[in-house]
Amino acid sequence: MIVLLSNMLLGLVRLLVGARGVGHDLGRHDQSRIYFANHTSHLDTLVVLAALPGDVRRTVHPAAALDYWGSSKGKRFIAEQLLNSILIDRQRSTDADPLEPVMEVLHNKESVLIFPEGTRGHGDRIESFRSGLYNLAARFPDRDLVPVYLDNLSRIMPKGSFLVVPMICTPRFGAPIRLKRGEERRAFLDRARDALAELALPRDGGAA
Amino acid sequence: MNGTIFTVLAGIVGVLLVASAIGAGLHYLKKDGPQQATIANLNQRIKAWWVMVLLLSLCVLAGKLFTTVFFAFVSFFALREFWSLAPSARGDHRPLFVSFFILLPLQYYLVATDWYGLFSILIPVYAFLGLAALSTLAGDTRDFLTRNARVTWGLMICVYSISHAPGLLMLDTGVQQPVLLLVYLIVVVQLSDVFQYVFGKLFGRHKLSARISPSKTIEGLVGGGLAAVVVGAALYGMTPFTPLTSAAMSFAIVVSGFFGGFVLSAVKRDLAAKDWGNMIAGHGGVLDRVDSIVFAAPIFFHLVRYFYTA
Repeated sequence: MIVLLSNMLLGLVRLLVGARGVGHDLGRHDQSRIYFANHTSHLDTLVVLAALPGDVRRTVHPAAALDYWGSSKGKRFIAEQLLNSILIDRQRSTDADPLEPVMEVLHNKESVLIFPEGTRGHGDRIESFRSGLYNLAARFPDRDLVPVYLDNLSRIMPKGSFLVVPMICTPRFGAPIRLKRGEERRAFLDRARDALAELALPRDGGAA
Repeated sequence: MNGTIFTVLAGIVGVLLVASAIGAGLHYLKKDGPQQATIANLNQRIKAWWVMVLLLSLCVLAGKLFTTVFFAFVSFFALREFWSLAPSARGDHRPLFVSFFILLPLQYYLVATDWYGLFSILIPVYAFLGLAALSTLAGDTRDFLTRNARVTWGLMICVYSISHAPGLLMLDTGVQQPVLLLVYLIVVVQLSDVFQYVFGKLFGRHKLSARISPSKTIEGLVGGGLAAVVVGAALYGMTPFTPLTSAAMSFAIVVSGFFGGFVLSAVKRDLAAKDWGNMIAGHGGVLDRVDSIVFAAPIFFHLVRYFYTA
């Protein structure tokens, strides 16, 4: 039942925005990786999941904001049951490290999808990255970090609107990067951001 | 009359079988030749043709409702491709939502219910004025004229024009199977495309306009177009036309179809893209495949309506 619902949801996403992944390497189910993408709409997570091959998708857990996705039963059901999400406490309402659940997934040799801009950007540029990505890379230096660039999503579902306008969004998977020995936090975060921005085409607007 | 349909479908399948055989032969003979990429693309195209013929056959056999819904999806994917490449601003969001989810289904509902009067003015009158009005509510005046022109253009091309293909089923020309007119249009338009491609590859010397389309040549247009007119004239049996008027109708279809492809190529260049999409392997996007129908369908529709309905 859950699988059926989840497939219907991803089918709907494909009908609306295509979501055909292209690029370097979409991943294998026995690989534990950290996918990171630009964040422009509520559809981001769905589009990346729809682009992944089924066996890979089952091992990928997208990080979702607890304050939004945990705010009602319906949203929590979609996030946790249909999308395998892990809810992240962005507001740090307890003392626990908000990334703890993400680390746990990586410990179990599964994959995560995170949006290192933290909050949704306005689509025309990629905001500078927050530290979470660095902390994960430092803690798991043997995992590939894969940039995934999402185009058109800020036009498909702009901030402040719940109407979806169908346009093709092609998730572009870039070459994996890893934290270099002794690399500074800021330098690494900028390098990761550049790896993501490089995947934008000229007509995607001033992404870089 | 059912016999005619099956004869036509059997003919199409026969042509495709020959094409598949030639494609397989070329692939086998020129395995290591320099034209390998062209041959691979040819075979991809032929494979996609099988799928498209299957869908067209389903339209013929399953009836009007299926045909209408099928073309509604063609419009949906075409409009989706159009807006994936065409720029839009935040202020266009609501007009676009209305285009996709209200006007598009409504236009095809009008086809399905034979409501010709509203079918012919819904988009040129109500959408044209209404969407501009809706757009003012967003309060964004930057590029206002350009943006609204694009919204209307997208609808006219991808929804209004394409809807005239299943719209042919609304016309009472006295033939028992109106769907044959749709098959006639599609066969002539698509054969014309194929013949132009083949004649262009074989004899093409002079490019029509390298800036708009590097593959379109004068030799391809003339040779391919004439061949399609000849086939079209021979197909008069499935229409209310005589052989001579059938040739004239095919000529109108070929010329308008050609300009459909040419105009939409120019738009693609304007938007800095080679193909509209990648839904159909070897062909590009849906809009790449139906670009000639976009122009030919409304012209053919109105010629038939003017000359052949009471």
